Amino acid sequence: MKANMFIEWLKSREGIYYLLLALLLVVVFPLALDSFRLNMVGKYLTYAFAALGLVLCWGRSGILSLGQGIFFGLGGYCMAMFLKLEASSPENTAIQSTPGIPDFMDWNQLTALPWFWEPFHSFSFTLIAVLAVPALLAFIIAVAMFKRRVGGVYFAIITQAIAAILTILIIGQQGFTGGVNGITDLRTLMGWDIRTDEAKTLLYFVCVGMLFVCLIVGAWVMRSKLGRILLAMRDQEDRVRFSGYDVASFKIFVFCLAAMFAGIGGAMFTLQVGFMSPSFVGIVPSIEMVILCAVGGRNSLLGAIYGALIVNAAKTFFSESFPELWLYGLGVLFIAVVLAFPDGLAGLYRRYVMPLESKLPAMLRRGNAEAQTLPVEEAK
Amino acid sequence: MKLSKTQTSTRRSSWTRRHLLGGLMALPALFALSSNALASEVNTTGLAVTDDTVKVGILHSITGTMAISETGSVQAEKLAIEQINASGGVLGRQIEYIQEDGASDWPTFAEKSRKLLVNDKVAAVFGCWTSASRKAVLPVFEQYNGMLYYPTFYEGLEQSPNVIYTGQEATQQILASIDWLKEEKGAKTFYLLGSDYIWPRTSNKIARKHIDKLGLKVVGEEYYPLGHTQFNSVINKIKLKKPDVIFASVVGGSNVAFYKQMKAAGVDLTKEKPLLMTISVTEDEILGIGGENVEGAYASMKYFQSLTNSNNEAFVKAFKERWGDDIVIGDVTQAAYLGPWLWKAAVEKAGSFDIEKVQAASPGIELTTAPEGYVRIHENHHLWSKARIGQAQTDGQYKVIYETEELMEPDPFPEGYQ
Amino acid sequence: MFADYSMPELMSIFAMQGFAGLSLFSIFVLMALGLAIIFGQMGVINMAHGEFMILGAYTTYLTAQVFESVMPGLYGGYFFVAMILAFVVTFALGALVEWLMIRHLYHRPLDTLLATWGLSLILQQTYRSVFGAREVGVSLPDWMMGSIAVTDLVEIPINGLFVMVLSLLIAFAVYLLMFRSGWGRQVRAVVQNRPMAEAVGIDSGRVDRVTFALGCGIAGVAGSAFTMIGSTGPTSGQLYIVDTFLVVVFGGAQSLLGTIASAFTISQAQSTMEFFLSGSMAKVLTLLFVVGILMLRPQGLFALKVRR
Repeated sequence: MKANMFIEWLKSREGIYYLLLALLLVVVFPLALDSFRLNMVGKYLTYAFAALGLVLCWGRSGILSLGQGIFFGLGGYCMAMFLKLEASSPENTAIQSTPGIPDFMDWNQLTALPWFWEPFHSFSFTLIAVLAVPALLAFIIAVAMFKRRVGGVYFAIITQAIAAILTILIIGQQGFTGGVNGITDLRTLMGWDIRTDEAKTLLYFVCVGMLFVCLIVGAWVMRSKLGRILLAMRDQEDRVRFSGYDVASFKIFVFCLAAMFAGIGGAMFTLQVGFMSPSFVGIVPSIEMVILCAVGGRNSLLGAIYGALIVNAAKTFFSESFPELWLYGLGVLFIAVVLAFPDGLAGLYRRYVMPLESKLPAMLRRGNAEAQTLPVEEAK
Repeated sequence: MKLSKTQTSTRRSSWTRRHLLGGLMALPALFALSSNALASEVNTTGLAVTDDTVKVGILHSITGTMAISETGSVQAEKLAIEQINASGGVLGRQIEYIQEDGASDWPTFAEKSRKLLVNDKVAAVFGCWTSASRKAVLPVFEQYNGMLYYPTFYEGLEQSPNVIYTGQEATQQILASIDWLKEEKGAKTFYLLGSDYIWPRTSNKIARKHIDKLGLKVVGEEYYPLGHTQFNSVINKIKLKKPDVIFASVVGGSNVAFYKQMKAAGVDLTKEKPLLMTISVTEDEILGIGGENVEGAYASMKYFQSLTNSNNEAFVKAFKERWGDDIVIGDVTQAAYLGPWLWKAAVEKAGSFDIEKVQAASPGIELTTAPEGYVRIHENHHLWSKARIGQAQTDGQYKVIYETEELMEPDPFPEGYQ
Repeated sequence: MFADYSMPELMSIFAMQGFAGLSLFSIFVLMALGLAIIFGQMGVINMAHGEFMILGAYTTYLTAQVFESVMPGLYGGYFFVAMILAFVVTFALGALVEWLMIRHLYHRPLDTLLATWGLSLILQQTYRSVFGAREVGVSLPDWMMGSIAVTDLVEIPINGLFVMVLSLLIAFAVYLLMFRSGWGRQVRAVVQNRPMAEAVGIDSGRVDRVTFALGCGIAGVAGSAFTMIGSTGPTSGQLYIVDTFLVVVFGGAQSLLGTIASAFTISQAQSTMEFFLSGSMAKVLTLLFVVGILMLRPQGLFALKVRR
């Protein structure tokens, strides 16, 4: 029964889009790109996690968070702390005055591992922390804000301020966090060298796999009753409230979910890039995550992924070829997306490509007039 | 799709003939004979070396917040490469450089260094500026066995076979300057002030330890976030504590606000007390701060544009002819200029571009033609160099008033800091 | 933390820090006034506000250069010319931006945030191409140098005093404009009830444009004043944008008095803490304090009661 539904879904138009994306990420990219470029695609995809969360929270529920970098960073830092502890074994750090602690702590004259680093010796704890730490912070912020019905612009500005606070804090407490340099020189995961090309390729596939898990969770949220309530909340919050729904709880849930997605993205980033630094926590990366989502189409989960791929690829291309032009390009992109294509790539697709798609079978049918057996599904 | 800028420097303007005097190096004459060696002989590890060219990388920020600081280094490295090419190249090969933009973003640095080493197979990379960018690329250089020439004065606590540090590590800047302050100026109390990141913090730790050792006193220590522009509070503290010396390692744009506000608050640096000793303000920074605002401040560097020796005069002249008359040259720019020359010397000593052989040949390499004077590579891959103290003038230049007699030994892991 | 200091020292500390706080206050006020008009009155989130400020600063820099080379004798007075020019230039750019971009977005406040962020990137890169990446500074005319010594420890820098007086004057002018002029009445009418305002014959499109441009113009003047204490680089504006937004939000977005009160609170809090804690921690605590208060009292300190 379930399996049947799944197959039905796969045959639907939406299912085909998902399959196409899977084909692109799992087959086309690994075959077409060398390990260096594939690793870069993997890096782009980590931002797509944050963009997915933003689709749920901004596009679907109208909560614009300018602080997804916070959660991306927290997830990334949790993973980096685990990897750093593994890299700082007493043998590797024998030249330090206190062997066994990360090098930057030693430089800052710390003589013992701070208490909050201790649990990160455990991989299972780390995996939980990657999800739980961002979710917990998101929960605290969301409860404080949404219970008091703070929303819209104010929420955006406050999340932005929190991103600023966290950045200053990480930079200022360099004995505990590595400061501006971040946590660098990560080598192995449970003894497995993550710096080799093979490891990077494997991590790419893990990243794609995680992305699809998040994508499916997101799609489920969008299609469920919950998703419809979120939509109703975005458009007429008071009416939903008057219908007896606890609006704040729904908002808290979706914001926490988005934070978890971003956290997973951050952890995958650390694994693939090999370090984490405060420059991914702050205001600028947070806003860039919003633009990825806006370019893809703020209401479309798949759009967010394509948005992340295209914007980041463009960034790499322009910054390699015409460094001066990149900021102009990015600026124009922001303005164009807002003014001309508020629904992003997904909107353009729906408007221009979809009509062609439904014509396609019709054209085929006209082509083989004799066959005349193909039932054509009505385009919606 | 052209993904990177490859460019052969074939510029042979008049300065090359006038100033290179058949090659500034002592070594090339010796190796001119071997310069016809086949690529397969001098390159056994698949680097981008042909019979008449060799590829190197330049990796700095062209965009973003660090672009201001890194521009000078890029110019110096290009100048050095062009001069080397004009004097016959390295082992008879012309240097082609591939320039990549780190965009002031550390992962981008790591990514681009990987591209340079893996895709372009460059024989050496000249680049990085901030410690954060160096930390980000270091694992890549160690993994793919590349060669990095790093120009900035930095905090030390590092030593890699894959990096030649052409700037000073912290002790080379600090120890001599504190000794000098004690002996020449009779300084007894110090106020340590810096931007909040590893270099100022480590530097101030080294300074504090040395100050304690000399029996002097630190009366305050303070850090402000990068980009901070309100220094009134710390200026008030300084006024209250009345230190003999303000020991400043404020970096970037913050400097401008700091010195302007000092001046506005009536702290006159040209007076005997408080003195200001900076380890972060080079001629480059003074351009932004304005000479009249830092007049009288002392700086501890290894190089000042105003050095009077024939190497430096030729260097300044060539630099200005290449990049414009109104340009100034700071300590790091000069250190960046050393990179290509040191690499050339090491390659020619090794008779090969192979990374291992260049690494093995590097310690002991001497450069008599360095604008700062004579330098030599230490076993620990840092440079032996002199420490100098200059006093800032209104025209934005430093007047050199002291230099150590001997070269200072680089000591990246000073006692008690490892 | 007070134990290290003697009583008279503590008094001087508070006096000096109070003054340091006041000069921070004047910067905040200058920055926030323009934003209070744009954000508080119009609901537009102008992320490019810092870049408008920097445009004013660059205008001042250019004016200073011209004075220095063409009429060095009059250098002492360059600043007043520069300030007017800065206002005119940023006002014009503001009007242009409103016409091209903002007016299409009034019903989508979150989208103005993205669009103006894009604008800020374009402006930053333009500054970088035109003026170079290096920070520029102007040299102060002689009469603005130096300080007035009140006691041994307490010295009041003249340029700080000048900026402070300037910011109060501008605040007063804005007050007159908003609350004592016919035009201000129109602005407030449009803010409170657009259809009704239009019904009584107010050209709301024109009011919007002038309001936005005025906010930008004030940012330009702020930038002009800013050159006297800091340096100007392509990205200098970005450093202040979060602080400025917090000042405006904290004060209660619609209230000018609130903006001034919150600028005062934040600057004094930060400056006092800076003396006893490290600079980074003072900043973190100030921001946390503001965010904390905003969570308890989301409408800000001085909320205007309007029917939504």
